Amino acid sequence: MTTLHRHDVSGRPATEAAGRAPRRPLPPLRSLAPLRSPRRRGIGATGWAFLLPTILVFGYFAWWPIARSVVLSFQSTNLVDPPEWVGLSNFVHLFQDPLLWTTVRNTVWFVLLALVLGFPLPVLLAVVMSELRRFGGLFRVLVYLPVAVPPVVAVLMWKWFYDPDFGLFNQVLGLVGLGPLPWLQDTATAMPSLVLEATWAAAGSTVLIYLAALTSVPSELYEAAEIDGASIWRKFWHVTLPHLRGVLLIMLLLQIIGTFRVFTEPFVLTDGGPEDSTVTILLLIYRYAFVHGDYGMAAALGVLLAAALGVVSGVYLRVTRRWSNA
Amino acid sequence: MNDDDRGRGLVSDVDRRRVGVRWSLRLTQGTLLLATLLAGLGPILWTAKGALSPTQDLLREPLRLWPSSVQWQNLSAAWSELQIGRYLLNTVVLVGGSWAVQLLVAATGAFALSVLRPRYGRVVYGAILATLFVPGTVSLVALYLTVLDLPITGGSIADTPWAVWLPAGAHAFNVLIMKQFFDALPRELYQAAQVDGAGPVRLFWQIVMPMSRPILAVVSLLAVMDAWKDFLWPMVAISDTEAQPLAVALPRLAETAEQNQVIAGMLVAIIPPLLLFLVFQRHIVRGIGFTGLKG
Repeated sequence: MTTLHRHDVSGRPATEAAGRAPRRPLPPLRSLAPLRSPRRRGIGATGWAFLLPTILVFGYFAWWPIARSVVLSFQSTNLVDPPEWVGLSNFVHLFQDPLLWTTVRNTVWFVLLALVLGFPLPVLLAVVMSELRRFGGLFRVLVYLPVAVPPVVAVLMWKWFYDPDFGLFNQVLGLVGLGPLPWLQDTATAMPSLVLEATWAAAGSTVLIYLAALTSVPSELYEAAEIDGASIWRKFWHVTLPHLRGVLLIMLLLQIIGTFRVFTEPFVLTDGGPEDSTVTILLLIYRYAFVHGDYGMAAALGVLLAAALGVVSGVYLRVTRRWSNA
Repeated sequence: MNDDDRGRGLVSDVDRRRVGVRWSLRLTQGTLLLATLLAGLGPILWTAKGALSPTQDLLREPLRLWPSSVQWQNLSAAWSELQIGRYLLNTVVLVGGSWAVQLLVAATGAFALSVLRPRYGRVVYGAILATLFVPGTVSLVALYLTVLDLPITGGSIADTPWAVWLPAGAHAFNVLIMKQFFDALPRELYQAAQVDGAGPVRLFWQIVMPMSRPILAVVSLLAVMDAWKDFLWPMVAISDTEAQPLAVALPRLAETAEQNQVIAGMLVAIIPPLLLFLVFQRHIVRGIGFTGLKG
């Protein structure tokens, strides 16, 4: 979740944003003829030479590990003896592990809480910030600052803030006669506490994306709405939000995918506790592999997570495309 | 994205002249300023204060705004006793190498795919894009086993910087934005260079690279910020505690070491990405703009 802005992709980049890049529209790719030359074969060979670093790096560290994950999920390996084919036994053991269901519940709970808290917040911040006539730059810096803090450091800070005795939050609550809350120490409040930290850490980059999208709302639409006598509130509902729909739908999907992979927060803040209430899927994968040395189980859970996310994205894109067409 | 190139927003000038709207805008602005100062700047200032305070301050008077005694020696103690300097150097080495590999792979790969277009290049591009849809952490375990025992060539790069540098290069997003940038450069340029007898290598070095500074800057910034923040993979790939980056060392140190020194270490870890962000804000905002869609 904390590195959302790096993994979100898929969009057509705004060429104008690239500063000195040519500003004219892109010709469709297929209409561009490849370079013609009498030495076409020479160019082909050089082409592959230029591609070599890419192919080696992706081959070794992306394609091969992805394929190996699938193979590994049907194997048992201890890194010493050659791996052994075990059929579906990894998956069977996985489904028999009572911790798996706790983990899935926890992760879904984290994702839902993060949506409720973390999805509307950047939209509101961006809409309000875009109405400010002054200090726009200052606000952008302030909002983005948490994103610049390395996630581990952010989590270590929040560990202090959440401390039940001398944490800032309970101290401040104490000043106004509330609390103290147990924060990370209680099964009921631990997960919401993680969500609060994760939302703080990730909101900034999303705000900047929405701010960029808001600049593209045509002023004529607002003017037309005003001629019809629309209030600010109605303009927000009927002009601003519909115009952001495309970005909102993509960001929603990216946030879901990102939050399903939460790791640093539970790993450093709670180590899955109290009473396994914050063990997430990725934390369980980590434990299977690097605590118990059961790489097959870890790979099987990884494959299941990838498949689940794939199905979620596929269904989501299909459904939202229908909305967009309607 | 600048204030001046924006047209108008949701609230019109007519709206703004109404007293109610004006006051609620001011109120919102004030609240927003307070909230963003607290949430954005607050934690960083807290870290700076904690780094210069005696640990007792943190425990006895957590709400103190100013250290009871400013202890600059915390910083040097963190440097010598916790070896923050060594971890910082490790971080710089890992980040520097990851940056170089990412830039090399993205620039050469995108150039080949966009300009030279070898046969089946499109297949390779498709395979690169496909990795965008497989969350990286899913193949974490297999990546670890790969690094332990490389296929074909054999041998292990685990516990060496290469284990962080090379996988960093397999970042499809870099190739994607770089290729889109090259696609937008005028094709006539390449043809003119060819007519003048420039081969692909000269075309790459003397024409395409100098024109690509904006995109190289964006990719570089994103690469460096990302590598600086990385935690899970360096922790897995580098088990030798002496070779770990700050991000991996800090949680371990936090368990045992003197707390104000750990906070001093946290401050050290925050400062470089913070400076980078403040200096290159515009590029970062632009880089984020690349990922944003027009509504």
